[in-house]
This record gives sequence, structure tokens and C-alpha cells, in this order.
Amino acid sequence: MDLELLLVILVDGLVYSSYLFLVAVGLTVIFGVQKVLNVTHGAFYSFGAYLTAFLLGLWINDAEGSAWKLLALSLAIILIGSVFLGVVLGVLIERGLLKFLYNRDEHIVVLATFAGFLVLEDVILLIWGTDPYLAFRPLELMGSSDITGLIFDNYTFTMIGLSFLVALVLWYGLNRTQFGKVLLAVIFDREVSMAMGINVTKIFLITFIIGTFLGALGGAYHAPIISVQPGIGVEVIVLAFAVVVIGGMGSIPGALIGAIVVGLSRAAAVHLYPELELFVIYAIMALVLIFRPEGLFAPIHARKI
Amino acid sequence: MTRLLDRTFWGLTLGLFALLLLNFLLEEWMRSIGLQSLSRGCVAIGLLVLWRTGLVSFGHALFFGFGAYTVAMLQIIGINDIILLLIGGMATAGGLALVLGFLLRQYRAIFFALLNMAFSMILYGVLAKVESLGSTDGIGISQVTFFGFTASSEAYRPTLFVFAAIFAYIAAVGSHWYLKSTLGLMTMAVRENEIRVEYLGYSAEKAIHIKYVLSGVLAGVGGVIMALTVGHVDPDSMVYWTVSGDFVFITILAGTGNVGATFIGALVYELLRTYAFEFAPEIWQLILGGALLLIIMFLPDGLWSLRSEWRSRRALAAARSGKTEKGEAGQ
Amino acid sequence: MTHVLEVRDLQKSFGGVIAAHNINVTVDTGETIGIIGANGAGKTTFVNMVTGYLPPSGGTIEFLGGSVVGMHPREVTRLGLCRSFQVPQVFLSDSVFDNMIMAYGIAERTGLGLFTPIHTDERAARVDAQLKRYQIEDYRDAAASALPQGIRKLLDIAMATVRNPKLIMLDEPTSGISVEEKFGLMDIIMQALREEDTTVMFIEHDMEIVERFVDRVWAFYQGEIICDAPTAEAMMDEKVREFVIGQEYHPAHLEGSANA
Repeated sequence: MDLELLLVILVDGLVYSSYLFLVAVGLTVIFGVQKVLNVTHGAFYSFGAYLTAFLLGLWINDAEGSAWKLLALSLAIILIGSVFLGVVLGVLIERGLLKFLYNRDEHIVVLATFAGFLVLEDVILLIWGTDPYLAFRPLELMGSSDITGLIFDNYTFTMIGLSFLVALVLWYGLNRTQFGKVLLAVIFDREVSMAMGINVTKIFLITFIIGTFLGALGGAYHAPIISVQPGIGVEVIVLAFAVVVIGGMGSIPGALIGAIVVGLSRAAAVHLYPELELFVIYAIMALVLIFRPEGLFAPIHARKI
Repeated sequence: MTRLLDRTFWGLTLGLFALLLLNFLLEEWMRSIGLQSLSRGCVAIGLLVLWRTGLVSFGHALFFGFGAYTVAMLQIIGINDIILLLIGGMATAGGLALVLGFLLRQYRAIFFALLNMAFSMILYGVLAKVESLGSTDGIGISQVTFFGFTASSEAYRPTLFVFAAIFAYIAAVGSHWYLKSTLGLMTMAVRENEIRVEYLGYSAEKAIHIKYVLSGVLAGVGGVIMALTVGHVDPDSMVYWTVSGDFVFITILAGTGNVGATFIGALVYELLRTYAFEFAPEIWQLILGGALLLIIMFLPDGLWSLRSEWRSRRALAAARSGKTEKGEAGQ
Repeated sequence: MTHVLEVRDLQKSFGGVIAAHNINVTVDTGETIGIIGANGAGKTTFVNMVTGYLPPSGGTIEFLGGSVVGMHPREVTRLGLCRSFQVPQVFLSDSVFDNMIMAYGIAERTGLGLFTPIHTDERAARVDAQLKRYQIEDYRDAAASALPQGIRKLLDIAMATVRNPKLIMLDEPTSGISVEEKFGLMDIIMQALREEDTTVMFIEHDMEIVERFVDRVWAFYQGEIICDAPTAEAMMDEKVREFVIGQEYHPAHLEGSANA
């Protein structure tokens, strides 16, 4: 195997990993705190992508101005749009749906979020129709780089940067802030936290908003690279599941590792054995579940009589 | 033996005869809905069987797709009789479940659900790339013979319906009897307390394994019926994770109280889907998802719970009108 | 004559913690053994090893002359070595009757017989006889989750004995039971077990119960058996008094045990 191919695999893989991480991290945050495997997350991603592609198309695609100004505006659209979606969809789903299901069987909760996903996917179609949206302007504005004769879009590199930034902020928030400590307490033992006077209801809502925001951000930041069309959420959610399972459900470093493992192996498959592209991801997922069901990043617990 | 011939058995038998009679009256589009309901109903019974142990599979499209693709593969090598195709589909799906069961029987809760999903997505990834099976476009299924007889073109679909109804009937009665058997009840005990089952001298994992194979075979039967009904198999409509999601949907919709209810759930699902798609193609998923949410919120035990509700209301009314209910505490 | 149970050099460690060290004991037919010791002394670990729930780190366990090391609980159970649990392990959402018939069903059916219905008239009769033996027939149709603790304990033991075991190990049969009820409960259990000629071992914290029902005592302390002697002798043993029952306990007096 030549070095050039290796480089392509590496860069492609890391870009794909960062995309996966952005989507999966929200899923894992919500699972970690609320123990809900949230299928609706796929729709949060779609919403982020659609809103961004729509607004970029409205304000940026044909706009005049310096590259920096337009890029700054695009970034603002991505961020503000994601925050907006995080709050609106987060509150809607958590208060309007999950609130009623916390003491139900976990499978029922998954299925309810599946139903929520179906509903939201159609809401997207109702708002934006079935035609694809293209918003490549930020991608073009950032230009591309030549690495040993291979051309890469600079935008995709910023995605890697964003992933690390998100990981860092989450790590800091969880380990170095008061809110993080409270959150850890809730993760460790919901009942005891409640008894200690922690407002678990509020914590759940805030966590869910953060998770929703992250899902929407993944879609939003990804929008300039892809053709935004029906069905993108369906694909993403199952990939995000794979990432989260591989890393360990509820673990943020796990999501990072899971994303890198899936991203690199998919890139390797695409470039070396294209027919294995999908196979390889789920094969890894299955292997992890078989040998370390709690994921690469979680300890295994034994049952006691 | 009389214990086997209970109300559910007679209900199912009556249902079979009703279907066979209806077959003469149905328009073709209704018959298609019926066939698809029978197919998905079989898979959903497989999920019900697992559900009784507290296990949910988010990947039963694996066995469904295996059954369906077995039909395609057997036709490629020239096997074209419905019975052989059915046996083939059951054998491959059951065989796969037997092998995977050695692994899956060790898993519970969400891990069981997700491992099933991973395996179904592996199959999806494979089928989407296998060119001889049409990759993502899938492959057509040609008309089959019935015990060696070829049906005329008008009689083909009605004959198919008769066979599908009989297969589904056997699947339902068999599953019902299994659930009433020592082993079937034991697996409910496994849900309650695995340790106690072990210390009574039986392997909880073995009980789950048997159940898993049974559910795989049932999904295989569903896959065979679906392949013959649609006349085409492809990865997206046979193996993708959303297909598995639909099966769980039907299980929840019907409730896990009774195998007969599963077919009613499958029919309701099929009608919802067809009509929503017909009259509101933009929002059919919204309607489906909304219906599912309503069921989860207001009928946690599925449609079947309507029946018990009606019963208890009737009992209440009877008690009010002064009749004395006796033997209520029995059984 | 072979012993019912013969344990040699049994060892168990969890990481660095030693839960069993050089345990050597034998049990003969018809004996009633009481296992005493503070919490964490290794009593339940011992029961878990003998019944196949935990693999020992070393040593041999022979039941009726054959080794049971490496067997699963279900295999040990089928040989006739059964156990009950400190926290009763019953099917909580089922009725007492359904619990029992399930126990009989699992115990009596094998192979293809498992596919036949669980309810038969003969089996229902055996269930009722067993309920009567354990004096819980009044609760026949009550849900197991709604039972008082004592009744649930009895149900647990009644389920554990459907195979008429040769040896039964009872893990704290009287824990969680009020002092007034304890003796009555033990009377029922011991009478039922003697009817079936079952050899009994039970873990117990209440020394009055031990003195009343037990022939021989094993005192566990930090994973070792520090005393294996007839009850009266064990109660006066210096080490037992120091490490297990406490100096202030006076055998056959009405004061409470130091260990309660």
C-alpha cells in the first residue's frame, strides 16, 4: 500500500470520524444522563442540516462580500440555528414526550423516540419539501489545500477542529464545573440525587437540550458538504448508534474513540475494499458487543445474589 | 389434550376459515394488504415470543430478510414450489438464529436489542453489495407452483393467499401452544427471575436460545410470504433497521397478550400505512408515528387491552345490576 | 459409607480478598448443620461455591461421592443439592400456586416433555400437598409480590425442595423475620424437610435458633472455619465466642444474640 493512499484514508477517516463524533456525542450525553436511547436524534440532525442549508441558501449562497464576512455569517447561522433547534426541539421532545416515559420499560422508550423520529421527519418534509437543498458556498469560500498532490477541502478540516472543541468543552463542563458535578451525581444515582435536593427534572431538561443542540449542530455543520435531502437522518442515527455502542453508551471519550474507530475503518474499506463499506462498521459494532458489551470505555459489572 | 383446544385456538381457527371465505370476496388490493398483514404478523409473533421473556430485538429484519432472500436464491437454482421455498426459508432463518443464538442468549435488555440490530445491518451491508442478488435494486421473484401445480393467472393470488393464511395459522397456533407449554411459561419465569430458574435445574440461556430459534423461524416464514406477495426482494424494504422498527411497532400496537391480536395489529398497521400513504403521502410517517405514540401513551398493553377493558367494564356493569359474580378468583 | 458432602481444601479469592481459605468439612446423612459467622465471613460464598454459582479458586467439592466442581447450579440442582436464598427468589408477579407449578414443571419435564402444557391435575395436587406441607395453602392464589416476608421465605424453600433434594442449603431462612415468628417458621421448615429425609445446612445469625435446631456448628471467620463442633461445644468455644457470637452471649438464656 502506498503512502498517498494511506494519507487519503487517514484524512478521509478523520473527517468522517469528526462528523460521526458530532452526531454521536449528543446521543451519548442523553443516554448517559437519562438512560434513553434516543432515535429522535436522527431527526435533530436532519433539522440542523435543513435549517442551515435553507438559511445559507437564503442569505449566503448568492451574497456579495468578503470571504471572511460570509464565513463568519455562515458560522453564526450554523451556531444560532443549532441553539434555536436545541431549545425548541429539546423542550418539545423532553417535556412533551420523554417526561411521561421515564418509568416505562426501556424498549418502549426507544420505540416512542422512534415514533417521534417518524413524526419529525415528516414535519421536515412539510416545512422544506422533498427537493434537495445545496449550500456549498462556505465550502467554496474556504478553498482547498494541496497535501502532497492531493486536494482536500479546508472546510472539512475545520470539522475536525470543531469536534475537538466540542469534546474539550464537554469534558471541561462535566469535570470542572458545578453543573458537571451535579450531572455526575445524577448519572451515578438518580434517586439519591433527588433525595439530596437536586432538581433532576431540570437537569434532564438541560441535558436533553444540550444533546439536541449537539445533534442539530452535527447536521448544521455537515450541511455545506452534503446534499440535504430526505432520508439523511435515517442513515445517520443508525451510524450514531454504532459509534455510541462501540465507545460505550453514555461515555464521551467513548464516543470520540468510537467515532475514530468507525471513521477510519470505513475510510479504509471505502478505499481498499469498497464492497465492505457498511459491513465493516456493523461488524465492529457486533464484535464490540460480543467481547465488551458495555463498550470499549465502560467497566463490566457483575450481578450479585 | 383438551387444554390445547382453548378459546385462542378456536378463535384462530375461526379466523382462518373467515379468511378462506373472504378470499372469494376480496379485491386484489385488499388481498395484498391481507397478505402483507399475514407476513408481518408472523414476524411480530416471533417478537411477541421474545417479548414474553423481556427481550426485544431491534433487528428481526435479519431473519425476515433471510427468509425473503432464500426464496430469491432458491429460485435462482430452480426450486420454485411454495412448500420447498417455505421449508427453505424456515431452515435458513432458523439455522441462522440457531448459530447466532449461542451468542445472543447471553445478552439481555438493550444489549440484546442492539446486537440484533448490528447483525441485521451487517446483512444489509452485505446484500447491498452482492451483485448477483441485485445489490441495492434487489431481485425479482417469479410466480411459484403449489405442490407442483401451476395456478392460472386469475387464481394465482387467491391461491397464494390460501397458503399464506394456512402458514400463518400454523405459526400462530404453534406459537400459542408453545407459550402455554412448560418451556414457554418457563421463559416468562426467566424474565422474572433467572437465578431461580437455574436453581430449579434448567438453563435460562437454553430456554432463551430455543425461543430465539423459534422467533427466527417465524420471521423467516414472514419473509417468505412477503417475498412471494411483493414479487421482489431488496435490502431497503426487507433488511434495513426501519423494517425491524416496524415489526416492533406492530408488537406494541397489538400488545403481547395474545398471538391472535398480533394479526389484528399487523392488519391495523398495514391499513394505517396504506391509507396514510394513499391520502396523505406527505405525512404518512407522521400519521404512523403519531398512532404509535398514542398507543404507547394511552394503551400501554396494546389493542389487546381494549378487550380486557371491555370485559372488566362488562363485569362491573353485571355486578351493579345485582348479579353475583362467582368463580372470578379462580384459575 | 460416603458422606453427603465432602469439601477439601476449598479456596476462593476475589482479586486480593480471600473469601475462603482451606475449608475442610464433611456432612453425613441426616445431619443438621448450622453455619454461623459475621457478615463477610464467607458463609454465602461457601454456599455459592458448593451449589455451582461461583467457581472455587482451588480444592474439591464432592456431593454423594462425585465431584461437583465446575458444574452449573442447574446441574448441581439436578443431582439433588438445592438451596434457598437470603432474599427469596420467586416469580414476583405470579401467584403462589403458579410459582409452585412452575417449579414442579421445570423440575419434572425434560426434553420434548417441555413442550407439553404445564398444568396437569396430578401436578396441581402435588403443588397443593407441598403448599400444605409448608403451611402456606391459605396464600395459594395471592401474588408472590404481596406476601409477608415469612410466607415468601417459605415459598422460596418450598420451591427449592420440589426435587426432594438429598441436601439443602438454606441461606439465612429467618433473616428479616420478627423474633416472635422465627421459631414457628423454623419449626415448619425443619418438620417439612425431615419428612423428606433431607439433610439440612443453614446459615443463621440467631444463636437461639442455632441451639434449638442444629446438631453441629461451623463457625466462619475471615474465610476460614474456626470451629467445627457439636452445637453445645461450639457455643462455649473461645474463638467462636470471641469472633462470632460475642462473649456476652449465654447459651440457653433468653438474652438476644450479640450478632442480631
